[in-house]
Amino acid sequence: MARITRYLPHLVLAVGAAAMLLPFYWMVLTSVRSASEIFDISLLPTVQGFNGPENYGRAASQVPMGRFMLNGVIVCLGILVVQVVTAVPAAYALAKLPFPGRGLFMTLVIAALCVPMQALALPLFVGLAATDLLNTYFAMMAPFFLSVFAIFLFRQAFRSYPDEIIEAARLDGFSEMEICWGLVLRAALPSLAAFSVFSIVAHWNDLYWPMIVISDINLAPPPLGMLLFADVESGANYGALMAGATLITAPMVVCFLLARRHFIAGITMTGVK
Amino acid sequence: MSTVAVPMQAVPRRRALDARRRILLNGLAFTAPAALLMLAIYIVPMIVLAGFAVTDYRLGALAFEFVGLKNFADAFSDPVFMRAMWNTLIYSLIVIPFGVALGLGAALLVHGTRRTRSFWEVAYFLPVTATLVAMATVWQFLLHPSIGPVNAAIRWLGFEPVYFLSNPQVLIPTLALIGVWQVLGFNMVLFLAGLNSIPKDLYEAARLDGAKNPLDRFFVVTWPMLGPTTMFVIVTTSISALKVFETVAVLSKGRSGSETMLFALYLEGFEYANTGYAAALTLIFLAIVLVLSIGQTLHLDRKVHY
Repeated sequence: MARITRYLPHLVLAVGAAAMLLPFYWMVLTSVRSASEIFDISLLPTVQGFNGPENYGRAASQVPMGRFMLNGVIVCLGILVVQVVTAVPAAYALAKLPFPGRGLFMTLVIAALCVPMQALALPLFVGLAATDLLNTYFAMMAPFFLSVFAIFLFRQAFRSYPDEIIEAARLDGFSEMEICWGLVLRAALPSLAAFSVFSIVAHWNDLYWPMIVISDINLAPPPLGMLLFADVESGANYGALMAGATLITAPMVVCFLLARRHFIAGITMTGVK
Repeated sequence: MSTVAVPMQAVPRRRALDARRRILLNGLAFTAPAALLMLAIYIVPMIVLAGFAVTDYRLGALAFEFVGLKNFADAFSDPVFMRAMWNTLIYSLIVIPFGVALGLGAALLVHGTRRTRSFWEVAYFLPVTATLVAMATVWQFLLHPSIGPVNAAIRWLGFEPVYFLSNPQVLIPTLALIGVWQVLGFNMVLFLAGLNSIPKDLYEAARLDGAKNPLDRFFVVTWPMLGPTTMFVIVTTSISALKVFETVAVLSKGRSGSETMLFALYLEGFEYANTGYAAALTLIFLAIVLVLSIGQTLHLDRKVHY
């Protein structure tokens, strides 16, 4: 009896985990199966012929899979760099530099935190269409250049930085920029790491906005590319489709497995997805 | 004496004034880029959106007219949008209770483990990091009526295969099932953080007070102490449920009346270019989300979730 109550939680967790992981298992398994084996619904890897190279080759040749990934990297890094460059000084000013309008700006930040991106999509789309900027990297990145969440988070982290050190640095002739980036941000690196993970995961996986501004397949980020690929294949070749899904999912999953703590901290520090 | 003292005091005072002015100017300069972006990304678009909502503007049209609240009236008598609202409601009513309860359940079980803990965390959290669009195509295959393993299992148990993605009656619940699969690990981690912050001696005190079995202790200590976390998780799950889009875009494309709010909005605004009408739909969507996100942000303001 004691043994049962001890192992029961593990048993329940194992059943749950099997359900959680089944899609990943099935995806990878199918991605290396031959087409004839697709109709074999056994969960066991009865490899009649290892068909990985062919499936992955087809995924990469049918659609520009490498291009999708490159687009994803460009867009995620572009967004992250601008977000950090604009949010860090603003957060520093909100935390440490009294200036007129500080209260108003903080109120605006809090208000903007409540507004989901999807509510701004329509006017931003019309603006980009009017300036003939649709189908550009800029269009994909622009709405995310300002992260009010980053401002909010960094302000929280910067506030606990001792004022005496800032004063001393000023007397030593440090410029405000040097204090902000060299001292205060350096003390808040865990927040920066967590935010970076949050931002990259969110934008690597985002479909809504790219679907609105991108119709050129060569500019598609991974999720939009996957959608186009799924429409091209339309169930004809599940091996290649699953190979494509594996390729697109792999970067975030691998990073997650390598830096589990950072990932969980980064993604769950907010529900603002 | 005083003639000497005045310049002696004035110099540091002027220097202090200079320093204060420098801080003030720096404050303005440091916030300027963010403030300009705020104007361009939030404030101006919001005003433009409200403007569109009271016109019959169509993207690319040369002329448009002021129509007052007609777009809003139309929205509430539009069968497609009403169906989308209804579908989103059904979806949320499945995802919220199951996503929250199963997340809590998993957290309670994982909290009790020690050596295997990181494995369970990885297993349950993996769907959160995975690209949902790609995973939705995997689900499409898993749930396929003839070649999917899920229906193979259903047939093996002696039942009729379920047409998860073509039977309109089960389509929304199927999307909700995938929604639960995706959100569960996220909620589990939030609950785990909540559980970790409950002081151990509270359990000891409860035991001494006669809460002998674990279930009693759960209701006396864990559940009340988790209150704020549970509220936060419910609100967060509700917001993500209201924003369901990817699975619809991949799996149903709004077929057989399966549009959700965001998908209907996407079609009106970006496929059919009914800008004015879509702006009204956006404001309705925003009003619903705001009720929840204001609560969420106030909570965030008090305590950032790590």
